[in-house]
Amino acid sequence: MSPLSNSSDPKPESRREAANEDRAASRRFRIRKVVDRFFQILSVLSAIVVISPLLFVFVFLLSSGSSALTWDFLTQLPKPVGETGGGMANAIVGSCILVAVATLVGTPIGVLGGICVCEYGDPRLRLFIRFIADVLNGVPSIIWGIVVYSWVVLRMKTFSGLAGGLALSFIMIPLILRTTEDVIRLVPSVYREAGLALGLRRSQVILHIMLATAARGVLTGILLAAARVAGETAPLLFTAFGNRVWAAHLQEPIAALPLQIFVYAIAPYPDWHRQAWAGALVLLALVFCMSIVVRALTRQKSP
Amino acid sequence: MSESTSNAKGAVPASAEGADPQKRSAAFQIEDLHVWYGNRAVLHGISLNIPVRQVTGIIGPSGCGKSTFLRVLNRMHEFTPGVDVQGRIRLFGEDIYESRVDPILLRRRVGMVFQKSNPFPTMSIQENVLIGLRLAGIRNRGLLEERLEEALRMSALWSEVKDRLHAPGTALSGGQQQRLCIARALAIRPEVLLMDEPCSALDPIATAQIESLIRDLGQRYSIVLVTHNLQEAGRTADFTAFFLEGRLIEFGSTKKMFTNPSQKQTEDYLTGRFS
Repeated sequence: MSPLSNSSDPKPESRREAANEDRAASRRFRIRKVVDRFFQILSVLSAIVVISPLLFVFVFLLSSGSSALTWDFLTQLPKPVGETGGGMANAIVGSCILVAVATLVGTPIGVLGGICVCEYGDPRLRLFIRFIADVLNGVPSIIWGIVVYSWVVLRMKTFSGLAGGLALSFIMIPLILRTTEDVIRLVPSVYREAGLALGLRRSQVILHIMLATAARGVLTGILLAAARVAGETAPLLFTAFGNRVWAAHLQEPIAALPLQIFVYAIAPYPDWHRQAWAGALVLLALVFCMSIVVRALTRQKSP
Repeated sequence: MSESTSNAKGAVPASAEGADPQKRSAAFQIEDLHVWYGNRAVLHGISLNIPVRQVTGIIGPSGCGKSTFLRVLNRMHEFTPGVDVQGRIRLFGEDIYESRVDPILLRRRVGMVFQKSNPFPTMSIQENVLIGLRLAGIRNRGLLEERLEEALRMSALWSEVKDRLHAPGTALSGGQQQRLCIARALAIRPEVLLMDEPCSALDPIATAQIESLIRDLGQRYSIVLVTHNLQEAGRTADFTAFFLEGRLIEFGSTKKMFTNPSQKQTEDYLTGRFS
């Protein structure tokens, strides 16, 4: 020990206190390390719990559905009750049509609504619209089925692809609105200012600068919303209704994969059960493809 | 308006040194300008004339109202809620706050360059320069090409980008991006150019390039240059206005102000006695 530290700390009791302090500190340090470890393990376990159902569903679908997933399944219409074979071609195409109709109706309304929320109107109106959109996001999807049933189906006096697409679009609109708003809000305001300072009209700035800059995010939001409604069954039960043959136009009942899966799964025929599994596999593959497109779009965004 | 512009051509002498800016013909004539943010007054009765075809530097400590001053000159403050403007601002004789003046058309006459270069990220170099013209409805390809080259030459960027006009604007270096923003503002042929600390985010070499560009542009355009860098004002501005706490303390030729300021506060600021 140097004479300097000796002179600054001469009393033995204060040295003892310092040693005690050191011991307490190292004890706290050890406890913190254990707690840290504990939380690490906890979060890894949670991640496993999150991922495992997905893997489980995927493996189970593959093992149960792949045997019925034949070329016929993808290209043929359902066979009459009692006959084996046939496929779900009409339901696969029907689902695509329904999602397309929903996207066509939902995209302009959702995107324009999102623009309105972040570019126009006074702040109170914006908050109100955002709140409404959040509430709509939480509405059980079967409610949309009932709404469209009373608004459209009863009036047209028929179940239809149009009604089904409309019901799905009601689910898409608040989703698209919120993502559009979020991604436009992420565009730095310096671009808006630069556009306005160039003597561009507000609408030109929104369209050519803000929306163009956020386009990839908006597209991602639309695709995610489409993927979400592709698997919806409840709103289609009494709107699209389902159809065992091709729908000639949008004003008649149309088949959809989730509906077909539902009907086949609760039927008493083992062949139908196998086909229901295959249908679920196809539906999952469709949604999976959309997610891959979304991934590709979002990856390019942040180089 | 056109009359006063033509008068201005004859009135501007070759050298600006020592001249009184208030006696020159003005691009902007500002009389008793007050600006409030809500209840807080930001500018208290500013009166000055921005001379034609000169670089006018605005200096002053942070919060003195120099950026606000710039933004009321092209009515960009109107996008900030709660800003109230009183007084009169005339651009070549025309009151820019008169009800029949369309702020869109005003902003086409008064270009603006911002502190941080902000080329539109989705657009190529060419599209960035031409967006103002395109959206103003100009379709003639010959005219667009001519303006593209003109604007890029004036912003001293042509030789660097002429072989990659379709590259994204954000692929350029920081200084080049800022010159691209200047080209974008020049393409619509404004009469006045407002610059809000255009070099504050740039390295010394890029800063030197932009400053020399501003001096060149000052031969043809009336430029208002807000800067917190005194050396920059000294190097580039023909005239300098010193703002302090929302008041115009002194306005005169840069040379006189930097060597022999008439106000005590100006001297204190220039010699760094307060910041």
